[in-house]
Amino acid sequence: MSNAEYTSPAACPACIATPLATDRASRTATDGAQEVHLSLPTIHCAACISGVENGLSRMAGVQDVRVNLTRKRATVRLAAGVDPQTLARQLSDIGYEAQLLDGATLSAGESDRLARDLLMRLGVAGFAMMNIMLLSISVWAGATDATRDLFHWISAAIALPTILFAGQPFFRNAWAALSHARLNMDVPISLALLLATGVSLYETAHGGKHAYFDAAVSLNFFLLAGRFLDQKMRSVARSAATQLAALEVPTALRLNGDDAETVSLGDVAVGDLLLVRPGNRVPVDGVIEAGASELDRAFLTGETDPVPVAIGAEVRAGEVNLTGPLTVRATAVGEDTLLHSLADLVSVAEEAKSKYNSLANRASRIYSPVVHLMALSGFLTWMWLTGGDVRVSIMIAVSLLIITCPCALGLAVPAVSTVASGKLFRAGLLIKHATALERLAEVDEVVFDKTGTLTLGRPTLKGAEGIAPEALALAAALARVSAHPRSVAIADAARALGLPPAPLEEATEYPGLGIEGIVGGRKVRLGRAEWAGDIGAAAPQPTGATLLVVDGGAATPFRFEDTIRPGAQALIAHLAERGLPVTLLSGDTPQAVAHLADQLGITTWRAGMLPHEKAEYLEGRAAAGQRVMMVGDGLNDTAAIATAHVSIAPASALEATRVAADVVLVSPDLSHIADALRIGGRARRRILENFVIAGVYNAISIPIAFLGFATPLAAAIAMSTSSIVVSLNALRTR
Amino acid sequence: MEILLVLIPISIGLAGFWLLSFFWSVRNKQYDDPEGARYRILRDDYDDHPAED
Repeated sequence: MSNAEYTSPAACPACIATPLATDRASRTATDGAQEVHLSLPTIHCAACISGVENGLSRMAGVQDVRVNLTRKRATVRLAAGVDPQTLARQLSDIGYEAQLLDGATLSAGESDRLARDLLMRLGVAGFAMMNIMLLSISVWAGATDATRDLFHWISAAIALPTILFAGQPFFRNAWAALSHARLNMDVPISLALLLATGVSLYETAHGGKHAYFDAAVSLNFFLLAGRFLDQKMRSVARSAATQLAALEVPTALRLNGDDAETVSLGDVAVGDLLLVRPGNRVPVDGVIEAGASELDRAFLTGETDPVPVAIGAEVRAGEVNLTGPLTVRATAVGEDTLLHSLADLVSVAEEAKSKYNSLANRASRIYSPVVHLMALSGFLTWMWLTGGDVRVSIMIAVSLLIITCPCALGLAVPAVSTVASGKLFRAGLLIKHATALERLAEVDEVVFDKTGTLTLGRPTLKGAEGIAPEALALAAALARVSAHPRSVAIADAARALGLPPAPLEEATEYPGLGIEGIVGGRKVRLGRAEWAGDIGAAAPQPTGATLLVVDGGAATPFRFEDTIRPGAQALIAHLAERGLPVTLLSGDTPQAVAHLADQLGITTWRAGMLPHEKAEYLEGRAAAGQRVMMVGDGLNDTAAIATAHVSIAPASALEATRVAADVVLVSPDLSHIADALRIGGRARRRILENFVIAGVYNAISIPIAFLGFATPLAAAIAMSTSSIVVSLNALRTR
Repeated sequence: MEILLVLIPISIGLAGFWLLSFFWSVRNKQYDDPEGARYRILRDDYDDHPAED
């Protein structure tokens, strides 16, 4: 997992760590000790585990430390009254990047508990299966009479509680489906489990030859294995996604007179005065009461250029304050903010996606009625053949149910998805939605957002070599006092060219305007053309340009362009090779979009698009029968992401967008999206192959069971072989 | 065949013991970090020399 994406300057809560952030990050345990979660994005080896655990446990107040390498996280039990921030500081002192996580957000995920519950049932089913199999083998080897009956009774004693405990997930699902008058895959599974156990019990009581306890329990085991894989895979992706959310502690700085106190975002009311420091996100919708600054609105509009704002200007939740502190009076909080109304689209998207007909769904829709009909016809045929022998006929029906039971089917999809998601997880992609892989395989058109997706949303200085070195060195010296993205770009460019910053006597930042300094007794300004030009004899410049002006002297213009995200070129080239049409939709100006499209070789693009226009464009493509993949990060893309057939958001996106997207790209390298498409396609092929294998197996075994030759031994062999073949085939997914 | 009367309870007893240990390990979150477990055995924090008095 890459760490470059973990902390965009504005979304890093550890940089603005406050007492409340720390409060939320820790939950008080019963004995007064608190449990603190830390994100450790850079740990990767045995030495890292030891380093973190030893480094922390040496600290006063630390009672217990446990590093989880799978999640790249540490859980620390801390004595009451110790500030959790000290942990993060200690770790960064010994060289590990660490951030406090919002415990409230983390614990909201219930999936871990579900996975553990399934694992427990899986373990019980496995235990029972092995023991019953031992007894069954003796029966198949020729045990008779009292010995056989004894073995059957012992099997029954193990199998009955096992089925009742381990079969519960199936019974519950089957009951839920039946009570809505629907059929799902769990109905025939439950029927097979219950009937097989019931009939075997009856046979045992009457000293019968065949009992299906082993078949019932191993059926249960294999199906639980599929279910567990499914759950585990999604819980890993979900926990990684929750962690991204937990990095953003939802707080605001409220002003009471002259003091600023940190409050939870939920406690902010309309009319409250809030302080927004440079580098922070605006927490609510509001109006500026004091201060001047520049706002980065890229998330809302896709514009790359910062927008200057002053008293009286409206601000929206989600915008990033760049230069000066702002005092904002809240006009809409929580659910009333524009941010939240866009986030509401997410639930609409979820609903649309749950309607997607996955391969497993389609298979089970055919499968369930067929199996029921087959068992019923087997029963009726044998009733007629034997002249009404219920015992024989039920045995035939049960063996049909067991043998056709979807062991292979239940494993076919989860085994493949687990292997494919694991591969993609390592490449830095989180598959969040269960059917996302299948939908990726169907993509026949790709739509990109510009700012923050194909670009990093971070300016770089254009043509740095063409600027006079003295001017650049002077500008870099001024730029060092500011955290404005353009200042950072100038300083970076100067460093890249090996220019030492010019000596400065004094430098002051004027929020929203620029930086003023004194060099050799002369005033210099770096900033907005209108402001900086005041002191020099500059030629008129377009509004929004950045100038370096020395008092009474000439002006040097600086031009910026958005940094292209690594891997963007490779990805576009790869998509062209696959013959997928690529479209670029952006809210930015036509010039900026055209320039980027040129550089990347994208021929179709649209600029100045409003959020709903993007969504409409995607609806149009969907109506034309295209299956569009949308890659975007901004709130202005959220509607489009919700509409798309499948969607990917980079980890730097706002939380609302990440939640709406099917896949989150954690790695900063865009070219991994090509891997996602390729592995999605392979996964789909393996799933289909697995269905064919299951079909062939059923075509052979059904006639055998129908004719009454399916002994418990034959059923056991057939069932395990097909499950193993299907799992092995899944491992071929690359 | 009387040996069965001894062997079967023993095998079930052993399996029951295994099952209880399994319950314990799941409850104790032993399976939450498969990646970490792989590396933990390679740590050299524990030395395997006998304690020196």
